[in-house]
Amino acid sequence: MATDVSTEQVEKTIFDGLVELGTERDQLSREATLEDLDVDSLDLVELAQIVEDEYGVELRGDDVKDVKTVGEVIDLVVAKAG
Amino acid sequence: MPPEGWALVTGSSRGIGAATAEALARDGWPVRVNYREDEEGAREVVARIESEGGRAEAIQGDVAESADLERLLAPGEEGPVLVLVNNAGLRLDGLSPQLGDEEWQRVIDVNLTATFKATRAALGPMLRARFGRIVNVASIVGLRANAGQANYAASKAGTIGLTKTVAVEVARRGVTVNAVAPGLIETALTEEILDGEMAKAIPARRIGRPEEVAACIRFLASEEASYVTGTTLTVDGGLSA
Repeated sequence: MATDVSTEQVEKTIFDGLVELGTERDQLSREATLEDLDVDSLDLVELAQIVEDEYGVELRGDDVKDVKTVGEVIDLVVAKAG
Repeated sequence: MPPEGWALVTGSSRGIGAATAEALARDGWPVRVNYREDEEGAREVVARIESEGGRAEAIQGDVAESADLERLLAPGEEGPVLVLVNNAGLRLDGLSPQLGDEEWQRVIDVNLTATFKATRAALGPMLRARFGRIVNVASIVGLRANAGQANYAASKAGTIGLTKTVAVEVARRGVTVNAVAPGLIETALTEEILDGEMAKAIPARRIGRPEEVAACIRFLASEEASYVTGTTLTVDGGLSA
């Protein structure tokens, strides 16, 4: 079930998720690119699972194929959950 | 020890599935014994598991129905499904010129598409757990020709391709994906086609038993098989050697 969520909530979820996947917290920002953070395609799949568990929002391959930055991931989740 | 979770064996009210459910329960997994119609058979499997001190539950569901699959794979008290055995299958034989669209599609839907959908749904929790075992029940008919089974062969060859591809996608997360390819095994699926003459073509000179396939699945689902992924293990008495 998708629920209304704030950008701040999603940002925390995504940041915590990326740290869980091995990213250093001090490297995280909305502007950071997934490539610079070494976030690979499988990490994105896991991140999608975290988002689905948390917000009931499904992110499929097509949804994330053009996403480049952490901020774009956050905005995508907020838009889908809204 | 692997993380806490369930084993789901699709189509496990009888035959290879039932033997696999019992084998996994002996390894300590709580098992979901899935059935589509044979509730009595599934309950008997659960009873046998419980009589040996294992844990199991019978769960109805048609793997070709997405909503049913979602229910079969939902996390339970024991956690997520961490061992998935895609065993449910059927055959609707006929020579290719006479094979109808429905017979083609039904076999592909149950044997191949449902295997993909179940795998896709199971992978998320497995990746997060850094542990998962998926074993797909293919067939030697996916490796070598058998006249009258174009649909079945395509579904099983597809299952083997699916197995290899998913295996390499997720190998770095501790999730393994393998297949077994049984030959002639005494099951309800084969009882009408098996005869004594067939055994003569098998180097072992006999038909296989479901328990012999289950033993291989049990190994592939074990922690000991942690470095085995993307493989197809033939269990056929040497028939395809």
